[in-house]
This record gives sequence, C-alpha cells and structure tokens, in this order.
Amino acid sequence: MSPDALMWLAIVAGGLAVYAIKLVGHLLPEHWLAEPRVARTAALVTVALLAALVAIQTFASGQGLTVDARLPALVVAAIALALRAPFLVVVVLGAAVAAGVRALGWMA
Amino acid sequence: MSVATGLYGISFGALSVAAGLSVLQTVVLSLIMFSGGSQFAYVGVIAAGGGGPAAVATGALVGVRNALYGARMAPLLGVRGWRRLLAAQVTIDESTAVATAQEEPRAVREGFWWTGVGIYVLWNSFVTLGALAGNALGDPRAWGLDAAAAAAFLGLVWARLADPVARAVGVGSAVVALALTPVLPAGLPVLAAAAIAVVVGWWRPGSTVPDDEEVGA
Repeated sequence: MSPDALMWLAIVAGGLAVYAIKLVGHLLPEHWLAEPRVARTAALVTVALLAALVAIQTFASGQGLTVDARLPALVVAAIALALRAPFLVVVVLGAAVAAGVRALGWMA
Repeated sequence: MSVATGLYGISFGALSVAAGLSVLQTVVLSLIMFSGGSQFAYVGVIAAGGGGPAAVATGALVGVRNALYGARMAPLLGVRGWRRLLAAQVTIDESTAVATAQEEPRAVREGFWWTGVGIYVLWNSFVTLGALAGNALGDPRAWGLDAAAAAAFLGLVWARLADPVARAVGVGSAVVALALTPVLPAGLPVLAAAAIAVVVGWWRPGSTVPDDEEVGA
C-alpha cells in the first residue's frame, strides 16, 4: 500500500478504536468499570501518556535527544499555566517563543 | 465553555497539519475520533515519527477514560438502539461533566445531549478552520508549531497533576520516554511510559483519583 493509503487506514482505525472504547462503556454492565482501581488506572494512564508526549515533543529529534528552541517555549508555557492562562494563550505563547528564539538565531 | 472549545479546536487543527496530516485527514480523524486528548496524542505520535499502529494505540489509551464516562452515563440516559450509538460518540469529558452536575433526570439528559452535540459541531468546525490556517502557514518550525505541540500537551496534563501520585507518574513517564527514545522506534517510548501508570494504578491501592472532569476534552 502507498504511504498515503496507510495513513488513511491508520486514521480510520484510530478513530474507530476511540469510538469503540466509548461504546464499550455504554454496553458493559456499570459495575464492571465502577471499581476504583479501574478508574484510578485509567486516569493515571492519561497522565502518563500526556507527560511522555510533553517530554518527547520538547526534547526528541528523530531517535536523538536535543535541547533547542522548544525548551524555552515549554518553560514560558509552564509559567503561563501557573498564572492560569487559557489553553490557546499557552499554545500561542509556546509557538511565539520558539519562533522568536529561532528568528533571533539564539537556538535551533 | 464554547469559546474554550473553539480555540482548543483551532490549535488541534493547526498542529495536526504541522504533524503531516492533510486538511481532509485532520477533519476525518476529528469527526470519527472526537476526543480532544486522544486526537492531540495521535498526531503527537505521528509528529514524533511514530507509525500508524503506535499512534492508534496511544490515542486509544488516552481515550480509555471515555469508557468510564459511558458506564456512568448509560443508566442515566436510558437510550437504546441507534440513539445509543450516537450517545457513545458524544460521551466526552464535557458532556459527562455537565450531565452529572444536574440533579433532575431530565436535566441530566438535556445537559448531556446539548453539550455533547453542541461541542461536536463546534469542535469539528474549529478543527477545520485550524487545519486550513495551519496549511496556509507553511514551514511549521519557523512558526514554532513544534514547540506549540509541547505547550499543548503540557496544557492538557497540567490540571491532572494536582494529585501527588499523578505528578510522580507524570515525571516518571517523561523520564522513561526520554530514556527509551534512542533505543526504541518512535512512538513506542510514549506507550512504554503508560506501563508505569498501569503498575501504579493497579498495585498501589489508596492513591487518589485525579478528577478528569474539570480538565476539558
């Protein structure tokens, strides 16, 4: 299959997987998922994946690790979040800091 | 809530195109998947060079909490047949949070449907706008969109880090993912980090549950 066809396949599969999980919740008997251990594990899995994605999106460059303009952007985003800035402000600040640092030639 | 959803949708659309999806792929993904955290995670794995299977697995794992919402909502909604298929699709953080905050059974149902369907329309409209805007921008790095993705993930996880156990799991996952990056194919280090959460969540009884409902999609 062409890379484009594979991408489409992965998009439909990903969408259906997330939908199937929602449907399973509606179809299973309530007590199956009511156990605190299940809820706790599901919540922590979300935290673990998002935290890992923060790290990868900041430091990974292919198979290597690097420090570049994404790090000061993340620091500014963290400060904005600590000051309770709205989501879009945090994202736009992150982009602006990285773009600015690169435009000034301070970091790659 | 609707302004927040719109702005959040624009960020997703732009970042998805920056990750390499086309505008149409971004919109189709969003229409089928319809869960903000899962969508961001999915394109995050693609942006990091991970393959389709790793992206599907990561998106699905981030969406596991929706099954818990579904189990809570099903008895309150009391729907059967095709309506149940629709109810499942709009079972997300916001619709569950609004519905379970109501007291009257009728208000629960109305809160769920109005919030769920309203956000579905709004979210996907703004994702489309964001994707078109991202497509018009050109080089994602010159605009700092790669850093915006990191900021977006930090924003998504931030409110969930109030609990000390969640914080420890978050830091541990970040370290594990970075340590494994040079040795595993892209996409797998993020999935490996989820193993920490399973171990802690399953075998460490007594830790508190971070409240997902105040966090957003």
